[in-house]
Amino acid sequence: MKETITPSRLEKILAAGHWAVTSECGPPRDGRPEIIEKKADLIGDYVDAINVTDNQTAVVRQCSLAACIRIKLKGLEPVLQMVTRDRNRIALQSDLLGATSYGIHNVLCLTGDHQRFGDHASSTNVFDMDSTRLIQTVKMMRDDGRLLSGHEMHEGRPQMFIGAAENPFADPFEIRVMRLAKKVKAGAQFIQTQCIYNMPKFKLWMKLLRDEGLHEKVAILAGLTPMKNVGMAKYMKNRVPGIDVPDDIIKRLAGVPKEKQADEGIQICLEQIEELKQEEGIRGFHVMAIEWEEKVPEIVERAGLYPRPSVN
Amino acid sequence: MIMAKAKPLEEILSYLEGFQRILVLGCNGGVAVCEAGGLKEAEVLASALRIQNMQAGDRRDIQELSLTRQCDKEYLAELKDKMDNYDAVVSLACGAGVQFMAEMYTEKPIFPGVDTCFIGVTEEQGVWTERCQACGQCILAETGGICPIMRCAKRMMNGPCGGSEKGKCEISVLVGRDVDCGWHLIFERLKKLGQIGRFAEPALDKDWTLSRDGGPRLIIREDVRP
Repeated sequence: MKETITPSRLEKILAAGHWAVTSECGPPRDGRPEIIEKKADLIGDYVDAINVTDNQTAVVRQCSLAACIRIKLKGLEPVLQMVTRDRNRIALQSDLLGATSYGIHNVLCLTGDHQRFGDHASSTNVFDMDSTRLIQTVKMMRDDGRLLSGHEMHEGRPQMFIGAAENPFADPFEIRVMRLAKKVKAGAQFIQTQCIYNMPKFKLWMKLLRDEGLHEKVAILAGLTPMKNVGMAKYMKNRVPGIDVPDDIIKRLAGVPKEKQADEGIQICLEQIEELKQEEGIRGFHVMAIEWEEKVPEIVERAGLYPRPSVN
Repeated sequence: MIMAKAKPLEEILSYLEGFQRILVLGCNGGVAVCEAGGLKEAEVLASALRIQNMQAGDRRDIQELSLTRQCDKEYLAELKDKMDNYDAVVSLACGAGVQFMAEMYTEKPIFPGVDTCFIGVTEEQGVWTERCQACGQCILAETGGICPIMRCAKRMMNGPCGGSEKGKCEISVLVGRDVDCGWHLIFERLKKLGQIGRFAEPALDKDWTLSRDGGPRLIIREDVRP
């Protein structure tokens, strides 16, 4: 077992050489406490850590930090997603300290979707820093015990396993591995990829990052989103920036009756997991079943990833 | 150059309600270059106001003029003897000129006739595009002469986000036209210059005190002061 530097369960799972399994919960667009609780109950036993999205697609939702605290208090392991769109360096560091006070040990550093995609399109954005600088900031707080201001923390430093996202399907393709290298240099320890549908392109990206030795420095968790039906596949292909859905996926879903398309989507996802298990450098799976959390247990079980190992 | 565009006539008319003697004041600076606020545009707006006036049966007196610039006191002072002839001024200068007019002629309402948009360039006749957000700390030497602060919709300092597709920014679908991904441009340019190594190091925090977050900015050059 490799050495770990934080109390993160996710870090321990990876260090022990297990496949890691993570998933995510989107908080509701109101203040009900039970929504996140229900989603967490549904998937809690089947994953090592639960990401909580931070106002994803720039739509106002319950805040990620509050939902993470709720998950933590249930005895489960949250991954605090943080975007730099809505908070400046004061607020970001403040929230990291608040998360630390509740024993939240994983953070996913993101820049965030542009606010024009969301429900407050005329709002201003912040972008005091980007995801790479946020990674560096968490690392500085954790390892050097310093804030960006230089203030020293003698106690109560964040103990966070630091994650980032990368999209192998965005352009320019040749910058994607360089950008990953930059995030690793900044301090990223795990990477959740954009959801994978174009397997040849993904494998080429993996090869390029292995050529740079990056697979030994950072744990790549393959991002997977099962398709509910052919309509969703077409929507993601045509309407969601940075998502690459090849035509053969659409053809395959369209080739089965409507009531069987969800099963086919799960089947595709399971085949992807099997294929990716063979790919050197893949250390786990991040299953993003969008508003379809109830399918996560089935996917994890059928993929042979259940029960989840226990680590101390 | 500072770029602006004309405000809708209805909006300008709404400001002018109750005023009889009106000066439409152009500026021969940047707003003239982008054909929004020079003498020609002042004449056009004054004519439009007169026509509207006639149609409404009003007896307003509408005059037009244009100054070399509205951001220098010496040019503004040219109006000193004339201001008593007007009840209100519609300034077609950029936001700086409108405010400087209001500072010099404190008794007169000065209304903006244009929306000041950006620091930009003339792409082709009738097309102007933004290039600079005047952040106060130029980083173009690091980024191949292309500004990520202005070009990137997320002001990213460390490369393109995951929404860049075929050289276009993800906001293209929202704004209804192709917007170049700034970092795609920077990357291609750094490659051409053989400076791709510049990309490897994470960028440090930007000092926003030199930009809008430091309060109104000021430059003092003792060497050129009288």
